[in-house]
Amino acid sequence: MELTGADILCRCLRQEGVKHVFGYPGGAVLTIYDVLNNQPDIQHVLVRHEQGAAHAADGYARATGKPGVVLVTSGPGVTNAVTGIATAYMDSIPMVVLTGQVPTHAIGSDAFQEVDAVGITRPCVKHNFLVKNVEHLADTIKKAFYVATTGRPGPVVVDIPKDVQVAKTRFTYPKRVDMRSYKPVSKGHAGQIRKAVELILSAQRPMIYSGGGAVLDGASKELTEFARLLGYPVTNTLMGLGAFPGTDPQFVGMLGMHGTYEANMAMHHCDVLIAIGARFDDRVTGNVAKFCPHARIVHIDIDPASISKTVKVDIPIVGSVSNVLGQMNKHLKEGAGKPDQKALKAWWKQIDEWRGTDCLRYDHSSQVIKPQHVIQSLYEVTGGNAYVTSDVGQHQMWAAQFYKFDRPNRWINSGGLGTMGFGLPAALGVQLAHPDSPVVCITGEASIIMCIQELSTCLQYRAPIKIVNLNNRYMGMVRQWQEFFYQGRYAMSYMDALPDFVKLAEAFGHAGMKIEKPADVEPALKEAMAMKDRLVFMDFITDQTENVYPMIPAGAGQNEMILV
Amino acid sequence: MRHILSILLENESGALSRVAGLFSARGYNIESLSVAPTEDPTLSRMTLVTSGSDDVIEQIMKQVNKLIDVVKLVLLTEGSHIERELMLTKVLARGELREEMKRLVDIFRGRIIDVTGSTYVVEMTGDASKLDAFLEAAGEDNVLEVVRTGVSGIGRGESALGLPGK
Repeated sequence: MELTGADILCRCLRQEGVKHVFGYPGGAVLTIYDVLNNQPDIQHVLVRHEQGAAHAADGYARATGKPGVVLVTSGPGVTNAVTGIATAYMDSIPMVVLTGQVPTHAIGSDAFQEVDAVGITRPCVKHNFLVKNVEHLADTIKKAFYVATTGRPGPVVVDIPKDVQVAKTRFTYPKRVDMRSYKPVSKGHAGQIRKAVELILSAQRPMIYSGGGAVLDGASKELTEFARLLGYPVTNTLMGLGAFPGTDPQFVGMLGMHGTYEANMAMHHCDVLIAIGARFDDRVTGNVAKFCPHARIVHIDIDPASISKTVKVDIPIVGSVSNVLGQMNKHLKEGAGKPDQKALKAWWKQIDEWRGTDCLRYDHSSQVIKPQHVIQSLYEVTGGNAYVTSDVGQHQMWAAQFYKFDRPNRWINSGGLGTMGFGLPAALGVQLAHPDSPVVCITGEASIIMCIQELSTCLQYRAPIKIVNLNNRYMGMVRQWQEFFYQGRYAMSYMDALPDFVKLAEAFGHAGMKIEKPADVEPALKEAMAMKDRLVFMDFITDQTENVYPMIPAGAGQNEMILV
Repeated sequence: MRHILSILLENESGALSRVAGLFSARGYNIESLSVAPTEDPTLSRMTLVTSGSDDVIEQIMKQVNKLIDVVKLVLLTEGSHIERELMLTKVLARGELREEMKRLVDIFRGRIIDVTGSTYVVEMTGDASKLDAFLEAAGEDNVLEVVRTGVSGIGRGESALGLPGK
């Protein structure tokens, strides 16, 4: 029997086990919507703006490890989604974005709602396809999911012209994919691994630095075992939080620009650095010339291009984090040797001294709400069990510093691209993936406004997200940089004419709360979290001038942190 | 350092712009680029001349390899290789210059493939420095138009850049 392209697409999605599609209809995808509407086992989530669709699918993917699926129309549908696609690309999130296109005969004619979707998205996707013939559709969808989810994951765009959606052909879904030009490696090289284990065991001042790759690969178990077998200190990047338990005594906190003093000092002074699924981002390294000056470096990464990109490493190992750490753990358990306990004891003593600076301390106040206090209270009220999404700025850093993630896939934020507006739609995706779990969006009054329209989607799908808005009436991180580096000239960072967020939440059909006193923080959080079936918008009026500390200023080394 | 990359990529629309886009997005240099289908019509062969430090070249190799459409890649300048470029030149050929230009073309082993009363079109192949030398010898004032294909390159010896198992 012959099927239409739209039918074939929906069957492909079912074959891939897709349960949710985040999208927005339009002229060039109406045929697909007509079929998608009758798929009992696929829920379509109607967002209010295509950027929201991409972020929601992205949040869904980060919280489940499964690829997020987006469906948008041609032209503005695609361009609106680009920010979301670029966000996923920078953080290596598996996503398949289906875009409608004008009919093949109209391509290139500046037709209504035509853009070169493949051209526009090319620099921010892992790969993209234009399907010009319905005969190639099923094969292309199979490839899209394969490419998005294997190797270093990433978003894949499939552009489907309207006539291809209508054209008919026989449907067979390929069982497997074999691409001669794409063969991701997952097994680490045994010789390199042996060499690395030797170096790791010889360390006097070792440091484990793990990133988003450990979360993406689901390698939390292997990482935790590896760290425990060795007894070495562990730091996580912003993207890696939760891969190693945040409450573990071996955890020295996040590293980088707003990482802990102990993590950054330990990085600076270590003699062997074990980088795991991390990419030596500039927010981590600070000044590359001053980065880990004493260390020999082992780097485990699935992406060969990440190795020695900014920092030269001594022992590169290309492979999946779980595979390589699994092999290393085997060596360690089978008598490869033991770490130098005496040196390790001295190293921990030094680290504990750095810890003693208590770099995350802040002045408590009974008059004005301190943003850090809100996050700490949230952590206590939720027992550390919430899925937490965030937007971008000061609140993001405080969330990363003060919410201790003991499990992976719980901390969902735009680390690479730094996309304001990410938090709310991402929380929607997370909530749909985990309907019975508490989901909190930590945000600021500037970020939340950027995708505020998704409050409407949250009502439609009854997503009982809890929004923690740290409202300091400033673009806080911009204000902080202006205070530090522009002599306090606060150009355009003050948010004048803000809405009444309580009324705004109510207007969208949700509950709103305004919290102005420190004493009300915890009761308000408890009250909100108890409203299990409603979205609650908590507007915390916080200290306007609070800064994120500690901080490595741009161009400085990791040992040159500004403390409070 | 100047380097020549030989790239075997899927002969699909957009494959060329993926490579070119990568170079511009990451700030790498393209000195010349030539691309055409191979004996296998599903594959294109690209020869790309670039320059950069060893670290930059290593990154370029990795990033190009990462493109999904790239099947195989070698750095020709790493080993013994041959490079050639085709140049078509329109030169003045009037009066005394007419005979002199013909002699010069012979010396450089070029061919005159179009003749008018006042001009020749010269076809010439060689490495970049030979073509440069011809242009210099012909004299700037006598050269009306220059079309160069950019470098094509191939490795010396028995090993060939192709699909595994072929």
